[in-house]
Amino acid sequence: MAAAAELSLLEKSLGLSKGNKYSAQGERQIPVLQTNNGPSLTGLTTIAAHLVKQANKEYLLGSTAEEKAIVQQWLEYRVTQIDGHSSKKDIHTLLKDLNSYLEDKVYLTGYNFTLADILLYYGLHRFIVDLTVQEKEKYLNVSRWFCHIQHYPGIRQHLSSVVFIKNRLYTNSH
Amino acid sequence: MRLFVSEGAPGCLPVLAAAGRARGRAELLISTVGPEDCVVPFLTRPKVPVLQLDSGNYLFSTSAICRYFFLLSGWEQDDLTNQWLEWEATELQPALSAALYYLVVQGKKGEDVLGSVRRALTHIDHSLSRQNCPFLAGETESLADIVLWGALYPLLQDPAYLPEELSALHSWFQTLSTQEPCQRAAETVLKQQGVLALQPYLQKQPQPSPAEGRAVTNEPEEEELATLSEEEIAMAVTAWEKGLESLPPLRPQQNPVLPVTGERNVLITSALPYVNNVPHLGNIIGCVLSADVFARYSRLRQWNTLYLCGTDEYGTATETKAMEEGLTPQEICDKYHIIHADIYRWFNISFDTFGRTTTPQQTKITQDIFQRLLTRGFVLQDTVEQLRCEHCARFLADRFVEGVCPFCGYEEARGDQCDKCGKLINAVELKRPQCNLCLSVCPLYLSFSLHLFLNLLSQLEKRLEEWLGRTLPGSDWTPNARFITRSWLRDGLKPRCITRDLKWGTPVPLEGFEDKVFYVWFDATIGYLSITANYTDQWERWWKNPEQVDLYQFMAKDNVPFHGIVFPCSALGAEDNYTLVSHLIATEYLNYEDGKFSKSRGVGVFGDMAQDTGIPADIWRFYLLYIRPEGQDSAFSWTDLLLKNNSELLNNLGNFINSQPRAGMFVSKFFGGYVPEMVLTPDDQRLLAHVTLELQHYHQLLEKVRIRDALRSILTISRHGNQYIQVNEPWKRIKGSEADRQRAGTVTGLAVNIAALLSVMLQPYMPTVSATIQAQLQLPPPACSILLTNFLCTLPAGHQIGTVSPLFQKLENDQIESLRQRFGGGQAKTSPKPAVIETVTTAGPQQIQALMDEVTKQGNIVRELKAQKADKNHVAAEVVKLLDLKKQLAVAEGKPPEAPKGKKKK
Repeated sequence: MAAAAELSLLEKSLGLSKGNKYSAQGERQIPVLQTNNGPSLTGLTTIAAHLVKQANKEYLLGSTAEEKAIVQQWLEYRVTQIDGHSSKKDIHTLLKDLNSYLEDKVYLTGYNFTLADILLYYGLHRFIVDLTVQEKEKYLNVSRWFCHIQHYPGIRQHLSSVVFIKNRLYTNSH
Repeated sequence: MRLFVSEGAPGCLPVLAAAGRARGRAELLISTVGPEDCVVPFLTRPKVPVLQLDSGNYLFSTSAICRYFFLLSGWEQDDLTNQWLEWEATELQPALSAALYYLVVQGKKGEDVLGSVRRALTHIDHSLSRQNCPFLAGETESLADIVLWGALYPLLQDPAYLPEELSALHSWFQTLSTQEPCQRAAETVLKQQGVLALQPYLQKQPQPSPAEGRAVTNEPEEEELATLSEEEIAMAVTAWEKGLESLPPLRPQQNPVLPVTGERNVLITSALPYVNNVPHLGNIIGCVLSADVFARYSRLRQWNTLYLCGTDEYGTATETKAMEEGLTPQEICDKYHIIHADIYRWFNISFDTFGRTTTPQQTKITQDIFQRLLTRGFVLQDTVEQLRCEHCARFLADRFVEGVCPFCGYEEARGDQCDKCGKLINAVELKRPQCNLCLSVCPLYLSFSLHLFLNLLSQLEKRLEEWLGRTLPGSDWTPNARFITRSWLRDGLKPRCITRDLKWGTPVPLEGFEDKVFYVWFDATIGYLSITANYTDQWERWWKNPEQVDLYQFMAKDNVPFHGIVFPCSALGAEDNYTLVSHLIATEYLNYEDGKFSKSRGVGVFGDMAQDTGIPADIWRFYLLYIRPEGQDSAFSWTDLLLKNNSELLNNLGNFINSQPRAGMFVSKFFGGYVPEMVLTPDDQRLLAHVTLELQHYHQLLEKVRIRDALRSILTISRHGNQYIQVNEPWKRIKGSEADRQRAGTVTGLAVNIAALLSVMLQPYMPTVSATIQAQLQLPPPACSILLTNFLCTLPAGHQIGTVSPLFQKLENDQIESLRQRFGGGQAKTSPKPAVIETVTTAGPQQIQALMDEVTKQGNIVRELKAQKADKNHVAAEVVKLLDLKKQLAVAEGKPPEAPKGKKKK
């Protein structure tokens, strides 16, 4: 998904009515937002945080110092790890780590839904749709989290819904 | 909370600095762990520094840790700070970790290290100087400053890696480095060992993969649209309204051109091409073409300009070539000098004089400089062991000896290098050496030959450093030129032999040296002086006039030592008030398609062949300048040439200036060939200001000799123009009400004036196209040859324009394809399409496992082939097999079938 398209999704999910136009910079097509008053902003997570503030939903950036730092940490993870590496091996290490991290968590910060959940959901979507049933089973915590976020109101929009149901071959017998 | 650090982990620097900056370390426990210890339970790969919070959560991102410390002190981050941190993580870190790895683990130096981070450093410098603030996010220090400083410190604390010309970066870095928390962090992490303190950590890290496709790119960085102030708009409008009357009178043409007191006198040289090679495109862009753009620009600024070049004709290669072709060396030079001159004439290079080095003036000036060096004690004599041929009665230069290679036994090894094993050879080491000149069988004798050396050590080195110290700061020496010069100085200068056993050269005016001539690198750079002396007998007014003359020398980077070290040493030692280079402009290398230009393999386009392609010289100039290897290597590509011609020239520039239905065409079609009345609206005024700003940008860049970047400004203005016409639709309004017609007139008038401005800005790049546009617009003569820093109305209402016709031609795919084949290099890519077999089976676990094994096996085969650099087609065939296996595996595993890209994977 191109960054501009992703930011438009984010705008809608934040309830921002007026759609912004984004240009893309350089080889990696980094999004650029020309703001009305002031210089332009460059970078996916920078613009995303700006949009959150514009929508007066600062709580999505975290409420305490700790939560804020954690949100930013996962946003950085999104643009450096998830976008940076796309070899199959890297993705599997990444899913393994996330799976272990999410073991005792509902959302990335723990108990609160934040921008980190939204952008990781968008960033991982293209990998998750390609997972086999066995793999989805293997990364159970990621699957649970992903399934939860895709049902969060207004987030998924036109993205395909990923199916996580277990069929009869895989009962909870063990 | 507990901070986990590791010996030499670079991330510890910003973290400790942020901790010190933001709060006391009272509650912070620090534990040191090994570089490979996994501190964070959920991460597979080791990571330090890590902060374990009291809640049990982990922060494993360096920036996030720093941010947390700042947040605890109540300092929130604004958009700009976030932007810097995102840039640090995505752009700076990959480049920086590669650079540190090269430097610390692989022991590389210089450009090999700096090359990967230069672009990032320049970005910081430009941002700082553009916003004119001491810190990254404004007037006060922020989290961004600490994080970036900490990341950069290990590299930049060595002045060799902090390029001088990045002055804004320089002062920002100094400011932060002197702050107490930063200083403390630096001491703790680097322990006064410099960058080597990072070794224990970095050598345990995997080698960072270089960012793919970034090393060689022809795409310059995007610039953002600036915001305009009311004053800027008002000033642009005032300048525009003054129009032609603000142009100064044209400088009368002088012949010869001589320096004028009180004026800016610009002396431009391009490296002297060696006479017996036909120059290829890389040579052309590296010296003569780059220098030509600057010379033409300099004349547009009405600076008093002399541009000179010539062929370098002395040396072994000419002598050998003469023997091959059965001519005298002089005849060879005469023949090739004409070939060179013809090529440059075809490329429209505007030399004031194009001379040669085999002239009496060359002898006179070289010998004079030599005598002065000799009397001042800068010349040493020493004996060198050398082979002597009794039959020819001469000592043999390396190239004149052939024999058996001492390393591989190859029979026909040359005296300087073996063609078979490629090893460098000292001629005296050859077995059974033979004289190449007479091919006689008589054995060669080892004998001692007396040679002269320029003593670069001692005083000359000191004088050179003093001169560089005065010259470099604030000058426009390119970063690579500074770097090469600095590293030569750092390694120490050795005495350099300045004589050779040849006949074809400048004679040495000293008893006992009658059989010797000066070595080319001593006298080739003196060629500039002698070529000027042949142009005017008052040559010394240019070359012994450092106070009044600004000397710009253009070359490829391999030539920097001769111009930055050797000639300045000779000139300083001669103590004759010589003009020394003020701005040394060196390019990187231009590659051809995926490889190098090679005369012997017939790969690449050479100067004389460019004429036969049917592509006009200006298109060649445009494309070569568009991809000028400025700051990094670039590559010539036929496909890219076609794309740039058809997009930038035809669709952007050509479309705007006069193809139907644009600026020039409107004037003819709707206004009977007369420029209509213009009544500027606020929108038009903004456009004026934008164009003015871009024009000023163009000037700033060309003053710094950033030729390639300045070309982009031209294209940007043209794009503005196209948008302007598109939005205002004069072709519709012309049919509307009186007010609409007036609007159509204004838009057309303003657009045709932008076209006039572009024709002048384009003059240094595409002189013929520029002249054609100016003739079509009938632009008044002073406006054709002067470029001010403001955008003027040079075609006022009522001005009559001439006949307008298209400027550029489309290049077609098959035309380019046939040229590509003719000139070798990159082959057309024809990969066989794999047959797609749809298998609908449900596979059991054994089958899946078997397929997985197959995929792994095939994957290894492909990797091995790639590692061995096997034949491309072979590799491609194996890759096809691999993809096919993967597909079968996917089907067996019950994955959804591949949908067409871009649909599902949005």
